[in-house]
Amino acid sequence: MSAPSTNAPPQRRAPTKRLMAPSVLFLLVWMIVPLAMTLYYSLQDYNLMMPNTRGFAGFLSYELLFTDPVFWDALLNTLLLVATCLLVTVVAGLALALLFNRTFVGRGIARTLAISPFFVMPVVTGLIWKYMLLDPVYGLFSWVMRSVGLEPIQWLSSYPLLSVVMMISWEWTPFALLILLTGLQSLPEDQLEAVRLDGANRWQEFRHIVLPHLGQVLYVVIMLESIFFLTSFAEIYATTSGGPGTATTNLPYYIYLSAFFQYDIGLSSAAAVGAVILANIFAIFLIRFVAGNLNAGSQR
Amino acid sequence: MAIVELKDVAKRYDSVPGKKGAEHANAVEDFNLTTKDGEFVVLVGPSGCGKSTTMRMIAGLEHNTAGEIRINGQDVSDVEPRDRDIAMVFQSYALYPHMSVYHNMAFALELKKTPKEEVKKRVQEAAKILDIEHLLDRKPRALSGGQRQRVALGRALVRQPQVFLMDEPLSNLDARLRVEMRAEITRLHRRLGVTTFYVTHDQTEAMTMGQRIVVMRDGRIQQIDTPYNLYERPVNRFVAGFIGTPSMNFLQADHQGETLKGEGFSCSLSAHQRTALGDAGQRPRCWLGIRPEHLHQVGASSGSGRLEGVIEVIEPLGPVTMAQVRIGETLVTAQLGAHPGIQIGDTLTLAFDPDHVHLFDIDSDEALGVAEAPSASSAQATA
Repeated sequence: MSAPSTNAPPQRRAPTKRLMAPSVLFLLVWMIVPLAMTLYYSLQDYNLMMPNTRGFAGFLSYELLFTDPVFWDALLNTLLLVATCLLVTVVAGLALALLFNRTFVGRGIARTLAISPFFVMPVVTGLIWKYMLLDPVYGLFSWVMRSVGLEPIQWLSSYPLLSVVMMISWEWTPFALLILLTGLQSLPEDQLEAVRLDGANRWQEFRHIVLPHLGQVLYVVIMLESIFFLTSFAEIYATTSGGPGTATTNLPYYIYLSAFFQYDIGLSSAAAVGAVILANIFAIFLIRFVAGNLNAGSQR
Repeated sequence: MAIVELKDVAKRYDSVPGKKGAEHANAVEDFNLTTKDGEFVVLVGPSGCGKSTTMRMIAGLEHNTAGEIRINGQDVSDVEPRDRDIAMVFQSYALYPHMSVYHNMAFALELKKTPKEEVKKRVQEAAKILDIEHLLDRKPRALSGGQRQRVALGRALVRQPQVFLMDEPLSNLDARLRVEMRAEITRLHRRLGVTTFYVTHDQTEAMTMGQRIVVMRDGRIQQIDTPYNLYERPVNRFVAGFIGTPSMNFLQADHQGETLKGEGFSCSLSAHQRTALGDAGQRPRCWLGIRPEHLHQVGASSGSGRLEGVIEVIEPLGPVTMAQVRIGETLVTAQLGAHPGIQIGDTLTLAFDPDHVHLFDIDSDEALGVAEAPSASSAQATA
């Protein structure tokens, strides 16, 4: 009877690989294959307008890319967009989370309303802002300006990047709010009471208890949001189309332009590889940051 | 050091639909108490009796809806918790998880901008008293329950506050550690002499630690007294049943002339018990209370001061054995010797000294005539 019992552990371990196989396969098909194809195309001379001149081009596309001033504009715009949107959404999200963590009449309804922008599709967000809010003639903002006797601002042409930041922040602040609020709600009440008895005022309470408690939640918000902000496209597509000029062209939009306006698959793929590298730089930094925090947390 | 006065303090909750019902039960009414300087006061009662709410009102974490709370004569009802100079030990310890033990203890002093040297001195001192010097660099997460408990005490200690509040600080510890910490807290209090309020639902903790004990029920004080007096002279049936383990036995008895008769027993009354009971016509029935430790095993015989019934449960505890005996509809617990030589199903005869009998009104549950200490000569058990 001892034989089956010694055989038991490997039998129990055996299905692990088979059970993991679908997800591994899925990742392979959906990530590795497109990545490999992008890398392959980036090394090809491949323009849809010139179907006959196709072949290996080496690093020609990368050369073109790095000498293209629009690419550098796009890179700068991307970084600006990510940084500004992060700042706005995290600060506003934290402020709103602190507000919604208090009890007041109608909190449930207010909370639902505050979160609702997150459920609006990016293209719809773009259109709502373009026509309902920012439009210099029909827009709500211009109506407000006019009703106090001021000249309406031509948002999309005068402050294009700011307009895009406003849209994306409007859409993503609820996300930060939601996650930070759950973080706040997991803060034990007695810690706040203890610090109050220890003589802390409201600010010290926030600074020494609430903020450290939110630390890891904040990192999660920042990490997820920066990855999403890196790939912002629909809001720009639906409103400024990357303009005026290159004022709101970010990396995803640059990739889109080179693929579907210049029909240059090689250049577009090279830019996409650049975007992947950028995203990975972010991810590595943030994952290290988070991992470091998690380690520090487990050592507590 | 401080004298804490509570005058007609009350906590009432507006009934908000959808709010937790437990909060309503926690309300406090007519709380009056003045501590002596450096006194150790224990608030005890079943859960939901308002003892924690009372303590939280002293801390300022809850606002008293009526009455006055005075610390050294100053009404602090509208003073913020941080300005009351009170330190509290929480049931969950409420240590700051991201700070080291040292920082946990130093935090309150740092907020007050105490000089670094002074902070260090006081933390070291407290750590030494509590024997946690070797833990100062650790985070709370790396501590055991007992160590966390000590840190929580230390955090209160370094503040050198006017008043200590302890909200069931030992209830998360295992039984052995609890007994140890009980003695340690008592020792600490004796050493520091700081006025201390201690909330517990454990009457043993209350009896062993308190200089004065406040027994509460449903938001009202039942009795404020020394442990000895609570045990000897409970003012009503609730206090009598709450203080002492196992609980006092209660039997309904008919008042017939100079004796009390119940199912399976009779008991002759002493002079002062007769006075307390009054005329048999006015009070034909009453509760008779007798503690398990005042019941003795005797050979079979009937008469006054005797109970007889069938044993249903036997609990040997080592030095003593608890036996539960069915008498009429009630189970009476008796504390017998280490080796009583009894078996379940046996008929057991128990004798009691009428001096140790407590009498309570059948309707109001108020104690009758126990306020005066019974003297040994005033009552005779007629065997």
